[in-house]
Amino acid sequence: MNRVTLAFEKPIKELEDKIDELERMAHGGQIGIDSEITKLRIKADKLREEIFSRLDRWQMVQLARHPQRPYTLDYIKHISPNFIELHGDRLFRDDFAIVAGIGNWCNRRVAIIGQQKGRGTKENILRNFGMPHPEGYRKALRIMRLAEKFNMPLVTLIDTPGAYPGLGAEERGQASAIAENLYAMAELKIPSVAVVIGEGGSGGALALGVSDKVFMLQYSIYSVISPEGCASILWRDATKAQLAAEALRITAPDLHGFGLVDGIIEEPFGGAHNDPLAIAKSVESTVSRALDDLLGLEPENRIDLRIQKFGKMGQWIEK
Amino acid sequence: MAWFKRSQGLPEGPKKNIPDGVWVKCDSCGEILYRKELTRQGDVCPKCRHHFRIPSKAFIELLLDADTVKEFDANLTPSDPLQFKDTAKYADRITKSLAQSGLTDAIRCVSGSLSGHHVQLGVMDFGFMGGSVGAVVGEKLVRAIYRAADNQNALVTISCSGGMRMQEGLFSLMQMAKVSAALVRLSRAKQPYISIMANPTTGGTTASFAMLGDINIAEPRALICFAGPRVIKQTIGQDLPPGFQSSEFLLEKGFLDLIVERTQLKATLANLIGLLKGEPE
Repeated sequence: MNRVTLAFEKPIKELEDKIDELERMAHGGQIGIDSEITKLRIKADKLREEIFSRLDRWQMVQLARHPQRPYTLDYIKHISPNFIELHGDRLFRDDFAIVAGIGNWCNRRVAIIGQQKGRGTKENILRNFGMPHPEGYRKALRIMRLAEKFNMPLVTLIDTPGAYPGLGAEERGQASAIAENLYAMAELKIPSVAVVIGEGGSGGALALGVSDKVFMLQYSIYSVISPEGCASILWRDATKAQLAAEALRITAPDLHGFGLVDGIIEEPFGGAHNDPLAIAKSVESTVSRALDDLLGLEPENRIDLRIQKFGKMGQWIEK
Repeated sequence: MAWFKRSQGLPEGPKKNIPDGVWVKCDSCGEILYRKELTRQGDVCPKCRHHFRIPSKAFIELLLDADTVKEFDANLTPSDPLQFKDTAKYADRITKSLAQSGLTDAIRCVSGSLSGHHVQLGVMDFGFMGGSVGAVVGEKLVRAIYRAADNQNALVTISCSGGMRMQEGLFSLMQMAKVSAALVRLSRAKQPYISIMANPTTGGTTASFAMLGDINIAEPRALICFAGPRVIKQTIGQDLPPGFQSSEFLLEKGFLDLIVERTQLKATLANLIGLLKGEPE
């Protein structure tokens, strides 16, 4: 698969194309260009480092939404080879925008639940672009309860533009489904760890995110509203999304700084899509270590700490 | 030739001076209503039963015995953790809202006697930034929940809200988790939580505490939804069928226990709380 180049990566891509061309020439027997290639490689690396060291928030949004970014099933494939996907909410239907099931995670039995985006138009339609309906959240809830019954920790992988805003979703109680999950996650006896792997889109993300520990990948985002949505409401102009992204402070470093997430998982050079295996390993070990710590606590203690953690979130003036 | 001829001019003399606000027009049916009478009726149109939006103070007066009302946490006001700025600064919007509304944020939390039952009551107020939920609303609700749990009181909330307050970014989203998680404590204290939804209750408010009542009640013909009609229209490019996302629609779909007219609200709450707590009225 050809790599998708984001607008801000163009200068790097141009250098890389030049290197490719020179390499082809070198194979053709031309001599004396090896040193030129080496020089250009160093230059490309430097440029990449420079660009990625000062990404603005809108550029991070694009990385979080990168079409080649690893999705939930990519992580599951690398981390949990014996994963069994379980289907349906036993009420209405199976929602392909959420993947849920059980498997091992570093030799520990867990339930894994995450939103799933599609690659390409056909799969995206099937996955509804990773935007769950109420039945998706109810499937998630069913699997959380299953995990609790069999004492398996819960790992959630968050990656959604948001809960789907449509007729059927409203009719079947999108608000109620999300609310029930927030409450249910708060009182789970099993330990829970959430990782925002791409987009953490509002209530649709939070419905899998009321966890003991919440991590964000370095270039993931988490927001009360999409930058586009915010721009169309506050600026009355959806093209001001870039400004909204800055104002909303939706990046991992922002939110970790505010104490709203527990940690950041560093991504491979240039973003998770550049090395899906490496990022899967990082996610695997970070989650595993967090579960180790959490399993050292009594269930009631974990629930108290969880409620307290979310209870502390927010700033106000009290005179 | 005209059948009727005006025999004399219109009566001369100074125009009768009718002070503003003596008469109001019903937003729904257009009926002209006498302000004082309307207030006596709980701001419900006697002709079409339209429920006018009322401020938090009016709800408190409607439900609790005046001499028992005690307000909590009125000293909490919003801060601006993001230094948020769109076309205006959030800090300036706060200052303006504080001055214009006479409120300290979009909720008032009180305790008091509702027909003999001591309750904790949180009433949202659309008059402060569209009843949006930021950290102050979240914190005040959590404190009300804990007071209810600690004192063995029922909790009643009245939502009237445009959803989460964008200007507080992820802090506001997390209020959904914060309040929902606190409700676990109330549930463990075995105290009833009755959630009332007024027009409108939308977005993250609906998708958290408003839908989590042991009993969910709505006022008639309120808009109650997750995604508002405008957002849905943008997404699917289609107008919504009439009555979609109304209280009546939600009752039919199974997400509400009851629709209760404002005039009946106090009696219904007293009955419910009495039954759930096993307290005689």
